[in-house]
Amino acid sequence: MFSYAIRRLLGAIPTLFIIITLAFFMMRVAPGGPFDSQRRLPPEIEHNIKAAYNLDKPLYQQYFLYLGRLAHGDLGPSFKNKDFTVTELIADGLPVSAKLGLSAITLALLIGMTMGTVAALRQNKWVDYTVMSGAMIGITIPTFVMAPLLTLIFGVYGVSLFGYDISLPVGGWNGGALRNMILPVFVLSLGPIAYIARITRGSMVEVLHSNYVRTARAKGLSSTKVVIRHALRAAVLPLVSFLGPATAGILTGSLIVEQIFGIPGIGRYFINGALNRDYTLVMGVLIYYATFIILLNLAADLLYAVLDPRVRYAK
Amino acid sequence: MSVPFSDKTAQIVGLALEVKGRSLWDDARRRLFRNRAAVVSIVILGAIALAAVFGPFFLAYSFDAQNYDIVSCAPDWWPDHSVLCNAGGSHWFGTDNIGRDLLVRTLYGARVSLAVGLIATLVSLVIGVTYGATAGYLGGRIDELMMRFVDVLYSIPYIFLVIILMVIFNRNFFLLFVAIGAVEWLTMARIVRGQTLSIKQKEFIEAARAGGVGPVGIIARHIIPNVFGPVIVYVTLTVPASILAESFLSFLGLGIQEPLTSWGVLISEGAAQMETAPWMLIFPAAFMAVTLFCFNFIGDGLRDALDPKDR
Repeated sequence: MFSYAIRRLLGAIPTLFIIITLAFFMMRVAPGGPFDSQRRLPPEIEHNIKAAYNLDKPLYQQYFLYLGRLAHGDLGPSFKNKDFTVTELIADGLPVSAKLGLSAITLALLIGMTMGTVAALRQNKWVDYTVMSGAMIGITIPTFVMAPLLTLIFGVYGVSLFGYDISLPVGGWNGGALRNMILPVFVLSLGPIAYIARITRGSMVEVLHSNYVRTARAKGLSSTKVVIRHALRAAVLPLVSFLGPATAGILTGSLIVEQIFGIPGIGRYFINGALNRDYTLVMGVLIYYATFIILLNLAADLLYAVLDPRVRYAK
Repeated sequence: MSVPFSDKTAQIVGLALEVKGRSLWDDARRRLFRNRAAVVSIVILGAIALAAVFGPFFLAYSFDAQNYDIVSCAPDWWPDHSVLCNAGGSHWFGTDNIGRDLLVRTLYGARVSLAVGLIATLVSLVIGVTYGATAGYLGGRIDELMMRFVDVLYSIPYIFLVIILMVIFNRNFFLLFVAIGAVEWLTMARIVRGQTLSIKQKEFIEAARAGGVGPVGIIARHIIPNVFGPVIVYVTLTVPASILAESFLSFLGLGIQEPLTSWGVLISEGAAQMETAPWMLIFPAAFMAVTLFCFNFIGDGLRDALDPKDR
């Protein structure tokens, strides 16, 4: 188990290296540089700026310089946000993005698992059909349609329930206040909720028909106990392998959600960096995301082994 | 000594010849047409496609003609009467924030979005099937290396790759299609490889090899036609995924550029104006949602129709 973890961790290094190399050369063959502007700079000044960022050196030297600094955890200065390093910018946006993403995945797990379990227990009844149609909607309608629609309903028109005004702010982060978080977190978690509900339902239906669940029932355990203690434990296993794709989905979704709701996270840096050709910033965020996803996939595999005694990573 | 056919035998043989064989595809088609959701989806999707291709010819307005007298105007039938103005004429979907007819623009958006879906899927189909079949057929070290590369690409959220590609190629219209297709092929390659691994053990492949057919011939003529079932199911799921990817990029301003439009661009413009002109968001969003639903239902229907587990 331990040696497996180490081997997987070492295996991730070439993967990451390939990603960094690909991203570096892709960004550099791009026509147009970060310092091209409408106004022509005097050649000396342009030269000095480029020299300051090492852009005047041959490409392969730039590549090794970048790798060398990366090895020290230095992602370099941002080309567009003067006086900031990329590390500073990421550190700035990270708490916000992390809070948003973690809330979304937690919410998705809670709601998705509950909905999936309920649907499985009422298989082929109207509850099941309702939940599954809801999941179909959640999977089909993209974030960038859902976000404006929900903003329109809850933010612009405003909704009141039992006389209480439950309209929500349409944007801004406000230091992560609950009211500001509800809409973005909900929009972000809709897709994962739908997938998690589907997966949970599928595996739950299978588990509920298995022999050991019948035994547990025959022993006279209450229905709740059977479901929570025995069935759910086996039914969540497929969810563990879904953690990787779910996180990737939430990272992608956060690009949209941060843009729409004006949330100052790293997704916004990535988009603005891409629009402004801020090479180092885009590279930094990409490397950051890739590392995160690789580590998470590894964690999911290990967790799977811990939860499912049938899985053994021998060899 | 030859036994003469009796009349009886001839009759039986005649009957047997009259019964037409049912191929796998006949069966699949029959099952698909019995699936009501899939049939309705095919009809709706066909209608949207026809409207997208031919609709703009029959409408009175051009997709980029601006009329500054009717900026952000609601259609005449709009139920909310507190809107600033009504567009009048035959602006059935109202007008956008620079006075262009929204119906024509939505149909133009449909053209671009559907084209992206089809072309990107075609690209992913060509790359994925070739790659997967080659890896699966060659097997061994080469297979391992080729699939390892796919694993590496899998660990990047692909949309980030497309964003970088779009930045590099300056939002080129055709490259957008290719770029989306070029990152959608990974799953296709995996599916085809898995199928190929099981097919290449079959006798007819051995027969072909014994008959002197080379690897290229075997892959092209014997393996690829036989992986068609799962591939066609995945194709119907790749089309909406590509449409989504394009709209996602366009929404962020990294996709299709003005005055051309796609559903993503329209939704993005609509989202910006939704407080004053909600129709700008609702119509393109509805068209897109319906299209995505249709593809999903067709995909589900095809899977049920082609999946031998249900037989």
